[in-house]
Amino acid sequence: MRSDRRQSAPTGLKVAAACGLLFLHLPILLIFVYAFTTEEKSYQWPPPGLTTQWFAVTWNRPDVWEALSLSVEVACISTVIALVLGTLCAAAVSRTKFFGRETVSLLVILPIALPGIITGIALRSAFSLAEIPFSFWTIVLGHATFCVVVVYNNAVARFRRTSGSMIEASMDLGADGFQTFRYVVLPNIATALLAGGMLAFALSFDEVIVTTFTAGQQQTLPIWMLEELIRPRQRPVTNVVAMVVVLVTLLPILLAYYLTRDGDQIAGSGK
Amino acid sequence: MTITSAPAVDARKAILPSSGGVRGALSDSFWRKPKLLLLLMLLPPLLWLGIVYIGSLIALLAQSFFSIDEFSGLVNHELTLKTYRDLFQPSNLDIIVRTVTMAACVTLASIAVAFPIAYYAARYARGRWKALFYLGVMLPLWSSYLVKIYAWKLILAKEGILTWFLAKLHLLWLVDAWLSLPVVGGNSLSVSFTGTFIVFVYVWLPFMILPMQAALERVPGNLVEASSDLGASPGQTFRTVIFPLALPGIVAGSIFTFSLTLGDYIIPQIVGTSRLFIGQAVYAQQGTAGNIPLAAAFAVVPIVIMGFYLWGAKKLGAFDAL
Repeated sequence: MRSDRRQSAPTGLKVAAACGLLFLHLPILLIFVYAFTTEEKSYQWPPPGLTTQWFAVTWNRPDVWEALSLSVEVACISTVIALVLGTLCAAAVSRTKFFGRETVSLLVILPIALPGIITGIALRSAFSLAEIPFSFWTIVLGHATFCVVVVYNNAVARFRRTSGSMIEASMDLGADGFQTFRYVVLPNIATALLAGGMLAFALSFDEVIVTTFTAGQQQTLPIWMLEELIRPRQRPVTNVVAMVVVLVTLLPILLAYYLTRDGDQIAGSGK
Repeated sequence: MTITSAPAVDARKAILPSSGGVRGALSDSFWRKPKLLLLLMLLPPLLWLGIVYIGSLIALLAQSFFSIDEFSGLVNHELTLKTYRDLFQPSNLDIIVRTVTMAACVTLASIAVAFPIAYYAARYARGRWKALFYLGVMLPLWSSYLVKIYAWKLILAKEGILTWFLAKLHLLWLVDAWLSLPVVGGNSLSVSFTGTFIVFVYVWLPFMILPMQAALERVPGNLVEASSDLGASPGQTFRTVIFPLALPGIVAGSIFTFSLTLGDYIIPQIVGTSRLFIGQAVYAQQGTAGNIPLAAAFAVVPIVIMGFYLWGAKKLGAFDAL
């Protein structure tokens, strides 16, 4: 900003912006209320009574635990793969100019730029052509592919801010390439990688569209929820799971934000 | 850092003597041949994305040129345009037109709702408020997609909070009048196109706000002042200075809302009518119908539409705003 003075906003604008933010947040807050309702059969508002019994019921449901653990496993492995591939790609793209550099960044962004259903049906037709049976690894394959981009975005932004002269200085002072990576590059990009990893985890943990095409009989937590949305069995359990999912995804996002907030580009702006 | 002539190499050797050991040798050869290092860094991600992703896209394209044998239900692996002929049946064209219309409406509504938030956050919010606005957009963006849809199922249900709230305001007749309209109406909001539309706008809104805000932040404040110094009214300043400069950001946001609406199949399935969207058609064809070729052909439609959309967006400079 150059020479602009600070003025207060017109009232109409303030009201419209506030309404917009309320529109974004009220529906999510509503989930928290419904997790405590005593009503079992319908979505009645206001809740006829409040109870915490559904937390205990949910805790004792093995299907919820199985779905949760599958989701966490898939998200962890996809995140690790995405961290390795995304960092390598970001390092290559930001350190050097080479022929086809734009194509590489387009290739990384494509899985998330095209609608998820295309990634899903593409993987599915590839599996069907290659006669690969659905398994844990087919889910990971899909997830890692679109998680690369969030790690890549975070790492590229950080590499851009990290001056190349530090690497040269390290080399001049006698460090070899590996030492430079370990003691100069890595500490500089560590928080960006951590933030990217958390976002990748959150993305994978929540993904449903691609997963419906790449999972066989296995249920990740989002697939479990989708089943419950289409054919509700026990609505209060769904309410509790929904609330827990909101809380579980909230933490990595907040952490990713705090890890990168000093930078000029903050993590998560490109989902 | 390329070494071109032989004396330079000798000088380099004198300055940087070889380090010992395998690790040292490896490190030295990376330093002497940056291209090798670059290749080694690029190879794993390119192999992964090339094989898994581009390979799958090619498989998808290939499938769309196969056809299904109507009697046996097996995929016939011979190249043919029959599946595309099936795609252009009137009932399928309806699905495509319906989806594109919905995507356009959702995009326009998102622009209208997102603009005040982006404008306030970019031009007025400072310090703590700025962070608050940022998190206020980021948290809904990253909140679970299914939970957001579920929340709207709760809100739009007949016994839900919206009906209760409107009943308190004595405005229920308004909803009933709206629901009695053709096309947008239905039995209740949760089984009408209006419901689908609201949920789409809600779920994709953050994708519109962020690029819009980024573009508005890049509009220099002194241009706005110059405009008003030169006698433009606030409305004129907005139309002739702020809006044209923010347009690339708006187009960038619209890429997301448009593309995401084109490909979604879960929202119309959970909140909406029984009339299909492209995504649902893809899902139904590959699942219950077992017609992967037609599903693939359907999936090519959003790719083609987005191809044209991105080409237009590039002309408007939207990629610099991403």
